[in-house]
Amino acid sequence: MLRWISFAVIFLLAAPVLIGTLIAGLPAFGYFPTLGSESFSLAPWQDLFEVPGLLKSIGISLMAGLLTPLIALTLVFLFLASASGSRLDKWIRRLVSPLLSLPHAAAAFGLAFLIAPSGLLSRLISPELSGWERPPDLLIVNDGWGLSLLLGLIAKEIPFLLLMSMAALPQTNSVERVTMARSLGYRPTIAWLKTVAPGLYALVRLPVFAVIVFASATVDVALILGPTLPPTLSVMILNWFNDPDLSYRFLAAAAALLQLCISLSAIGCWIALEKFSSLLWKIWINTGDRSTLEPLCFIAGRFGMPAVLLLTAGSLMALVLNSFAGFWRFPDLLPSSWTLRHWSGSIAELATPLANTLIIGIVATSLAIALVLSALEYERRRGLKMSMAMWLLYLPLLVPQVVFLFGIVVFAESLQLQANLPLVIFGHLLFVLPYVFLSLSEAYRHLDPRWSQIAATLGASSTKSFWRIRIPLLLAPSLTAIAIGMAISISLFLPTQLLGAGRITTITTEAIALSSSGSRNLIAVWSVVQLLLPMLGFIAALFIPRLLWRNRAGMKEIQ
Amino acid sequence: MSPHLLKLQNIKIAIEGKSLLDIDCEISGGEIYTVMGPSGSGKSSLLSFIAGFLSPAFTTQGEVFIDGKNLTHLPAEKRKVGLLFQDPLLFPHLSVAGNLRFGISQKRNNKDELISSGLSDIGLAGFEDRDPHTLSGGQKSRVALLRLLLSEPNAVLLDEPFNKLDSHLRRELRAQVFDTLRATGLPTILVTHDHEDAEAANGTVVVLK
Amino acid sequence: MCLFISGLCLSNTSGAIEPDLSNWQTLEKQASGQTVYFNAWGGETRINRYLVWASKRVKTLYNIDLRHVKITDTAQAVSRIIAEKQAGNSERGAIDLLWINGENFSALKQNALLYGPWAEVQPNFSLVDADRFPEMREDFTIATEGFESPWTRSQLVFYYDSDVVTNAPGSIKELLQWAQDHPSEFTYPRPPSFLGSTFLKQALLELAQSSEPLYRHVEESDFALVTAPLWKYLDALHPHLLRSGRYFPLGSADLRRFMGDGETSLAFSFNPNEASLGILNGELPESVRSYVLDGGTLDNVSFLAIPFNAQHKAAAIVVSNFLLSAEAQARGSNQEYMGSTSVLSMQKLSSEFQQLFLGTAKNLAAASAEDLDRKILEPHPSWTTALERAWIQRYGAR
Repeated sequence: MLRWISFAVIFLLAAPVLIGTLIAGLPAFGYFPTLGSESFSLAPWQDLFEVPGLLKSIGISLMAGLLTPLIALTLVFLFLASASGSRLDKWIRRLVSPLLSLPHAAAAFGLAFLIAPSGLLSRLISPELSGWERPPDLLIVNDGWGLSLLLGLIAKEIPFLLLMSMAALPQTNSVERVTMARSLGYRPTIAWLKTVAPGLYALVRLPVFAVIVFASATVDVALILGPTLPPTLSVMILNWFNDPDLSYRFLAAAAALLQLCISLSAIGCWIALEKFSSLLWKIWINTGDRSTLEPLCFIAGRFGMPAVLLLTAGSLMALVLNSFAGFWRFPDLLPSSWTLRHWSGSIAELATPLANTLIIGIVATSLAIALVLSALEYERRRGLKMSMAMWLLYLPLLVPQVVFLFGIVVFAESLQLQANLPLVIFGHLLFVLPYVFLSLSEAYRHLDPRWSQIAATLGASSTKSFWRIRIPLLLAPSLTAIAIGMAISISLFLPTQLLGAGRITTITTEAIALSSSGSRNLIAVWSVVQLLLPMLGFIAALFIPRLLWRNRAGMKEIQ
Repeated sequence: MSPHLLKLQNIKIAIEGKSLLDIDCEISGGEIYTVMGPSGSGKSSLLSFIAGFLSPAFTTQGEVFIDGKNLTHLPAEKRKVGLLFQDPLLFPHLSVAGNLRFGISQKRNNKDELISSGLSDIGLAGFEDRDPHTLSGGQKSRVALLRLLLSEPNAVLLDEPFNKLDSHLRRELRAQVFDTLRATGLPTILVTHDHEDAEAANGTVVVLK
Repeated sequence: MCLFISGLCLSNTSGAIEPDLSNWQTLEKQASGQTVYFNAWGGETRINRYLVWASKRVKTLYNIDLRHVKITDTAQAVSRIIAEKQAGNSERGAIDLLWINGENFSALKQNALLYGPWAEVQPNFSLVDADRFPEMREDFTIATEGFESPWTRSQLVFYYDSDVVTNAPGSIKELLQWAQDHPSEFTYPRPPSFLGSTFLKQALLELAQSSEPLYRHVEESDFALVTAPLWKYLDALHPHLLRSGRYFPLGSADLRRFMGDGETSLAFSFNPNEASLGILNGELPESVRSYVLDGGTLDNVSFLAIPFNAQHKAAAIVVSNFLLSAEAQARGSNQEYMGSTSVLSMQKLSSEFQQLFLGTAKNLAAASAEDLDRKILEPHPSWTTALERAWIQRYGAR
């Protein structure tokens, strides 16, 4: 059965992904019979390399892909090192769910409204402190170096990495290790960084890769915060693909393959960086230094990440204010009038999209978690690492969505599949599965094998120990993976829209359709609507284990 | 319970072409067979091989028999070989009773009585609903032993089970474990690097290099 | 899992029935009971509300289920049609009716992805009086040849904050002087966004020595020569724009927001009601007023088209005919609904129907009817592409 499921994963998912990518990629080599081009050529690549500013675009994508995970992960680790178990830690844990549930575009939009020359922060000091009666003419949002883009990405990825780290932390024996190191005279933050950080990193490595790929290829955040002259490569691809002049599709396909290479190069650079850091870590540990960096690390940890989270919380606040705001002139700190109209106008026909969102999310995530658990359990029993075909499942995250989905639609159409709910669910599965996999796999692989061995010597079959031992012990990371899968499914726009031929409406398709008006108030309303469902999921993922294991102190530190 | 016989026939374990051990012996019911050696000498691999979860990275030869029945190709859960690690490894999500019940054969009746009488035998009467995390080190070890015995194994493997205890507790627990195993007539293999353990086992001692 | 897979395979096998264009009654009969998937931009609640109303009406009148498929970009629908064609789906297309014009129409028609001709079969087509208004048969100079049917009209309008601005520029040339006098109070969206490209075309039409070459294919003229005045103009204009021309916004929504935030005081839109809707939505101050440039501004008609493989062509034609009726067009010009300009010719309507339109009072913030009479026709679509490329080449990377 398990073997069958593992093959099913490969044939049902990897095959369409591969074929879809191939179909989408062919125009890059001049082949696109529907547009009358039936011979191969390298012209699209020549055109691509003549695009003005291409190198700068690539540079910014690479920079975002590397600096986002580097800074976000550093801040998260320093925070965990300096604040684990503190009251601040408890507060932050409560804050994670809503911040993580904020859709990327909404977070970016909220941040833009916070830091723009006419934004909330500027209003705070205007006109009294700054003397600004009108917004200053400063290029803050959409700056040419992509700094606001970087800030937006860091702010959005910190909650993700924090949640993944929190889910993995119980497996690292952190309390015991820190206690041990402290008894040897290490200051607490240094002790954590030297004894817990390397093991924890191994557990969150795949999620970090996901961050690299997302940051180097993001469209929605880059559209709102990224540079414009030139924009990031991902935005250029979207523009070319959407251009009424269909000949741009060749260019878009070539650029999509280039984007794939850029994301892969970013991962390559990151792996080199890993090697370098691990060397640094070894040297640092070997020095035996117990306290030199403690004050610096402590302060950076206590203030760095919370400051960024505060910024995101501020963006969320700004969105909520906007959803009730009437006209809101600069430099007023608050709107001159309040209204419920943005809400009442939007919420009227919510029932169908809500039902669709739930059905698609629940079915796609259930299938994903079942497939992922089967694959991981198969891998555990066979003692083998995942086969190469499983890596194909990451392609949907690597190839730009518009281009990839075009290939998938062609593939589905040639199989004569109707644009209906099951097809949309299947499309969601392609994106949900990799996230569920990368959220859960390291935790699963790192579970102490002695638990299963003890269970076996007590006469428990593999099935019994799977349900009675491994699932309960991994309940927290499994629920987190489910919540992430749900959140991903809820947030998907293009797969729903393109595979469902627009006939299947979800919260997100409605939100994006109405947001295309660009009304700040409507965007705010729908961001809040979009945020609620995943937030419930994340809250459940955090609290169900606590509730179930409230009398099981050992579950906080699974060994 | 009738005494069992554990037979290890020409067992050879090697990794990457390097031979780790070579054992051929019979262990009768109630006997405690001690394997000593430095870490990396393959003594834990021997236990994994007998229990049935040695990594495929090792190359193995030889057969394991209990009471004449060949176990070598059975899955771990069908072998009826009990195992104690140096950590008691009580399942943290189950209560004390839940841990004990996990090992009891599904066919057994009156499991609750078995559990409560077992607990009073080890001096932990009334501990059924306790969170295992709240027990002391010695209490945890005793529950782990009881869990093993209630699963009715035909042989027992001890992987440095007293290693993490302080010396006083260690002596007391060791006596209790060995006495119980001898009384139940279970053939036992003890892996240790502690000479006191070996002496107390009072049986054949093999030293690996 | 099995259920799921079988669900995937359940494909609707009923192919398309060729609509009978020779007899309108037969066509209506064919249409009865069909479902029309109408792909139209869903970014405006008023438009969505209008289509909800329309779907109730066509259900009652013709027993047709009209479903509004809300899209954010016509490209999504175009992409779907291409994918279906590539996969050999020639009669089960998922899109029945599409809101479209200009370059998208030209691209789809060129690649034989549209069904037609059908537009002039509609009884209500006569109401647009295409003989007097040639733009009803010409989309960005491309002859529609009955492959699309007129739906609404739009026109480029400028708007300004009358609290701050007293002398809004009346022409593109005056705009340069105005921008120099009011630094960083104006900007335009970056091409190839629709509105950005429209600005380039509007500017070129006014600045070029003669507008005549713009109505032919771009390859028939000397592009560099014709556009030279435009680049000279933009070079002069950019330093005075918002952010000194180091940043260009995305589209009309950004322009509206910059005005609402008090960053700019002059902007433009392709929706004549942008200002009044913006005020109504609390996005713009009540002091905003709209106008049309003295020499007129670009105006275009947007159309409805049917993809070559649409599954419910008969019903799509009947819906299009309904949307062209006096009843639907009058409702559409109502501010509470679409708030768009009708494509119908008033002279063609009976006085009873003319009454329907009179009820729709003009908002103070909107451009006046006389203003909206100053129209300029769209150039050939090849110019749009060429101008976009040239702009990106010159200004796209700083």
